[in-house]
Amino acid sequence: MDVGSWRLYTAVAAGGFRRYATYRVATAAGVFTNTVFGLVLVYAYLALWDEKPQLGGYDQAQAVTYVWLGQALLATLAIGGGGIEDELMERIRTGDVAVDLYRPVDLQLWWLAADGGRAVFQLLGRGVVPFVFGALVFPASLPREPSTWVAFLVAVALAMLVSFAIRYLVALSAFWLLDGTGVTQMGWLVGFFCSGMTLPLNVFPGTLGEVVRALPWASLLQAPADVLLGEADPLATFAFQAGWAVALLALGRLVQSAATRRVVVQGG
Amino acid sequence: MRAYRLIAGMWLRSTMTYRASFALTAFGNFAMTALDFVAILLMFSRIDALGGYALPEIAFLYGLSGVSFGLADLAIGSMDRLGRRVRDGTLDTLLVRPAPVLAQVAADRFAPRRLGRVLQGGLVLGWALTAVDVAWTPAKLALLPLMLVSGAGIFAAVFVAAAAFQFVAQDASEVANAFTYGGTTLLQYPPTVFARELVRGVTFVVPLAFVNWLPASHVLGRPYPLDLPGWTAFTPPLVAVACGAAAGLAWRAGLRSYRSTGS
Repeated sequence: MDVGSWRLYTAVAAGGFRRYATYRVATAAGVFTNTVFGLVLVYAYLALWDEKPQLGGYDQAQAVTYVWLGQALLATLAIGGGGIEDELMERIRTGDVAVDLYRPVDLQLWWLAADGGRAVFQLLGRGVVPFVFGALVFPASLPREPSTWVAFLVAVALAMLVSFAIRYLVALSAFWLLDGTGVTQMGWLVGFFCSGMTLPLNVFPGTLGEVVRALPWASLLQAPADVLLGEADPLATFAFQAGWAVALLALGRLVQSAATRRVVVQGG
Repeated sequence: MRAYRLIAGMWLRSTMTYRASFALTAFGNFAMTALDFVAILLMFSRIDALGGYALPEIAFLYGLSGVSFGLADLAIGSMDRLGRRVRDGTLDTLLVRPAPVLAQVAADRFAPRRLGRVLQGGLVLGWALTAVDVAWTPAKLALLPLMLVSGAGIFAAVFVAAAAFQFVAQDASEVANAFTYGGTTLLQYPPTVFARELVRGVTFVVPLAFVNWLPASHVLGRPYPLDLPGWTAFTPPLVAVACGAAAGLAWRAGLRSYRSTGS
């Protein structure tokens, strides 16, 4: 990428960041809600690990940390919705996307930059406080070496890429379906379950566990969590996440070109 | 009530125009809540009891919480849109109409797809009733419908109170989720799981414990949370009425404090 377009996408990302940073009360409300949900889940997990210590290879402190990590990454990775895909879908539905296609920018990179800015804001604005609260109030398992924290942040960045790639595909379905509500909902559904938001994937029994750990959603929460908790080799985790990111972004590109070639854009 | 019926009916017809979309979103609602229960089932594939409660007992709590919350959500779950209406000034339209504002806001975007949640909770409750080991007495049988109706009433009061709060903090609709969705998630687990202070909070401050924990303790023959006396199992209707009254007052105070954006 040349310097000019690099600067453009940075500006788009900064715009995405600032846009979400505007809603301060909404952010505070989100922090509150994430903290309450974290509390409920932590007690449920503590009871679960009381019953079965070392379940899924975690001890109690690791399970608690996992819960707060999930609350911190929920909005960041838009696992329960709230990413830029809603807006992209709306633009496809109304036909405004035709304007975007005329711009001398890459559609996928543009939205990736916007979503990246959003994700970074959500991580700082919404993620840090519940996580710090959880780590202070409950026994948490946090790494001492800075290198583990760096590896964790790399895994989070890769998780953002995979998350965007999945949601971009979901949004592009609007080219054919127009009303994407059903697909979006299915996207959340699968995302919630297969990312480990409802229960860590290493607790899933047998074959089901093996399947969900191989799916792209495992990159979202489980992969960064295992890097932070020292349960996974960082390099192997990066490779897994990057593999899915490349595959899904490439697929998004294919679908995008098919959509722009074949589909008649709505509008007058 | 008439205004509510008319508006809800309008949204019902509008939803039914796109039947496939309705079916898909209703199924999505069903599946989304069902996954909560699948997570509990997955837990029980590794354990025999959680907080001292066996799977059928947890399913009983889960079903009661799910149906009560689902009914309240179906009836007035769209109230979280109030903040947006305050921000963009469209609340003014509702104020000049000759119908109660609360009824209009409650029926706004009435979403029949939320039946999916009620259905899911109902199925789990049905299974739980066949699986729990309970010596049924007339009092316990009578408690069942009472719990569902009162529970829905308590959750509805929480929805209204949260909406009233949005007159003050227009951007904070997500705070409501902590008490509504967070509350129903909390009630899916037995009270023995949680810290005493938290149980106290959801008994005396936001009285969610009356939705299922207290009456279910009587039905299941379990010790009551916080060692409350036995008769408290039969108080949910009173609590629901009291909550409704308090929420109504909060709503009126909120509405009176409303200043239009003027744009």
